Amino acid sequence: MNHLLSIEELDRAEIERIVAQAARFAEVSDREIKKVPALRGRMVLNLFYEASTRTRSSFELAAKRLSADVVNFAASGSSVEKGESLKDTVLTLSAHKPDAIVLRTPWAGAAELVSKWCGAAIVNAGDGKHEHPTQALLDVYTLQRRLGGIDGASIWIVGDVAHSRVARSNIIAFQRMGSRVTVAGPPTLIPRGIEALGCEVRYTLEDLPKADVVYALRMQHERMNESFLPSLREYAASYQINGRRLGPRQVLMHPGPVNRGVELSGEVVDSPQAAITAQVEAGVVVRMAVLYELLTGAREPGSDPTRPAHPGRPDHPGLPDRPETNVKQLA
Amino acid sequence: MAAETLVQGPAVPANLMLSEAHVLDPRAGIDARHDVRVRAGEIAEIAAPGTLQAAGDEEAIDASGRTLMPAFFDPHVHLRTPGQEHKEDLETGTRAAAAGGFGGAIAMPNTDPVLDSAPLLRSLRDAAAREARIPIGFMAAITRGLEGEELTEMAELRKEGALGFTDDGRPVRSAGMLRKALQYQRLCGGTIALHEEDPTLSKGGAMHEGAVSAALGLGGIPTVSESTMVARDAALAGYEHARVHFQHLSCVASVQAVAQAKAQGWRVSTEVTPHHLLLTEEDVRAMDTRMKMNPPLATEVDRKALVDGLRDGTIDCVATDHAPHARDEKEVPFEQAPMGTTGLETAFAALYTGLVLPGVLELGLLIERMTAGAGLFELPTHTIAREEPANLTLVDLDGEWVAGENGWESRSENCCFAGRQLRGRVLLTVAAGAVVYRERAFSVVAA
Repeated sequence: MNHLLSIEELDRAEIERIVAQAARFAEVSDREIKKVPALRGRMVLNLFYEASTRTRSSFELAAKRLSADVVNFAASGSSVEKGESLKDTVLTLSAHKPDAIVLRTPWAGAAELVSKWCGAAIVNAGDGKHEHPTQALLDVYTLQRRLGGIDGASIWIVGDVAHSRVARSNIIAFQRMGSRVTVAGPPTLIPRGIEALGCEVRYTLEDLPKADVVYALRMQHERMNESFLPSLREYAASYQINGRRLGPRQVLMHPGPVNRGVELSGEVVDSPQAAITAQVEAGVVVRMAVLYELLTGAREPGSDPTRPAHPGRPDHPGLPDRPETNVKQLA
Repeated sequence: MAAETLVQGPAVPANLMLSEAHVLDPRAGIDARHDVRVRAGEIAEIAAPGTLQAAGDEEAIDASGRTLMPAFFDPHVHLRTPGQEHKEDLETGTRAAAAGGFGGAIAMPNTDPVLDSAPLLRSLRDAAAREARIPIGFMAAITRGLEGEELTEMAELRKEGALGFTDDGRPVRSAGMLRKALQYQRLCGGTIALHEEDPTLSKGGAMHEGAVSAALGLGGIPTVSESTMVARDAALAGYEHARVHFQHLSCVASVQAVAQAKAQGWRVSTEVTPHHLLLTEEDVRAMDTRMKMNPPLATEVDRKALVDGLRDGTIDCVATDHAPHARDEKEVPFEQAPMGTTGLETAFAALYTGLVLPGVLELGLLIERMTAGAGLFELPTHTIAREEPANLTLVDLDGEWVAGENGWESRSENCCFAGRQLRGRVLLTVAAGAVVYRERAFSVVAA
């Protein structure tokens, strides 16, 4: 794997490999010293064209726990506002020779484009309404831990599917892992043709009790101005996941940040069914796994980066055996 | 008056002797091998193969095994002049047209500034008289600045040589405004050409709305954005007995709306582009910005309806909607990229390869549709007949090439067919009696 551009390009085995790697890293987060030197001396550049505190800090934490150097580059207040193109920005930043660029943009396909312009490993942290692959991976990880496995599970994704990159990546990822996916929401916010991805489409929550997992999407306020919905009140009446709609054995997920009282009622956010904080925790370990996978290249199956990789180098526990040759050659 | 409305740069009338060409002009009823003599830019003789000898001042061209057609005519190109010469100018655009076998073209007025006044049209025609390699004509805007608020001085623009009027690139949103333009057409004449799109439906769209846009998370443009406007404006044209031309049809519902309008006897005509005849939303999946155009590539059902419409005459002609954009403008994420693809240099070969070779369309019919655009704007149609001005395209139908392999004549390279293996090479183009293009490898003359 050279880049992580979309879930679309990962098969089940690859998803499982990343999730398994994340499980190994989970132990690091519980240590007193939450750090391993696996990516020491590597540089991860966070290039964010959209405001994002959560995803960016999750990537930052992940990189730092692997001892990588992190540079954050926010598009606002930079040369981008002076009219620099995406390509020129990427070429300029590439001069610093980052090993990985974590990229978030409001434009579909931007991560793939950037991967053609520079030698760094590109991690798509959200490209417009297209994909958000690390979110899907962390959601798979969270659910596997919660349910043991998701083969055959029924997962409902509820809300603003049209504007959600999380929905797109998750529809694909959950199905690759053997789940059945149903999307439900207001007809104005379910894109025409989405069923081509293999999911079922519903406009009511009548059959929601059949779901094993309820995945609520964030309802953005600006959708009201664009007449997708008459009011938040009406949305909540038809689609809010609340104590009445959520069954005791259902798992509740949400990509955050939650609008309490809109897509979720306060009671369900705080309920034991909610896996929302587990998702945030999973975010760091899954992103560690992704960065590790991309920056250390294919490794022997079962190798444990949290343990000394080379018995002869106890002073550098976790350092890849021969960094020079193990590193994927970056053009 | 019509003949003078095209302008061309300085050109030397040709003396040519094309021997043993397969001459194919369905309109003239010719489909056989002939010798064709061009003298002083006019077709002087059409005779049995091997019977004519080149005179001393004539260039002898061995055309055996090659097909001689009337030069194509493109009623819809963007030459980007004035204001956007970094994309294309009159010289590069018409050079691209000549290389594609076109002997005439009509430029759209969505320039910067917009071609909406007689002085600007005059200066452009002056520039064309210096720079245009093939004869070109100009459309003027329907509304000032394409803003849809006030009519342009249509009568004065017509006197200055405007072939007709269009706000191409944008629809005329207001039915009331369009109706006034249609009424005014009774005074000044000129075909009114319409880019049909309902902006309230297309807003935020980057491609056709359907399975692919849903998968890519791109804003979709529903086909009803076009077809409802075609139906509205056809009805207006019928009501006002006006003459309208629908530009770049893209979907089955629009073809049906035009068919119904024609059945009513309304004076409507329409065009279709090579890319809408050959490509679909599936070609957008890789988010290649060369596949981003307006109207967007739709479904296979739509594509087939367009091919059928072209075959049965519901669609009158092929137009390229040649829309050059600079590399840095297209080298951006899909949603940010401007809409448009170049098309002049690939039109014939793409359609020949994609539709004629597989047996979907007959070659004669394709030639007819690639020359029919002129008549829709009251211009003479290129014909291979004695005493006609020589408007000829010599094609090697077996010639294989990869689109863009040797670069482009156009200043821009945003061609949706770039990299495709094509059959059918234009070897020579004669426009208004002058040789305007000669394929590099085809410089060897018979003797």
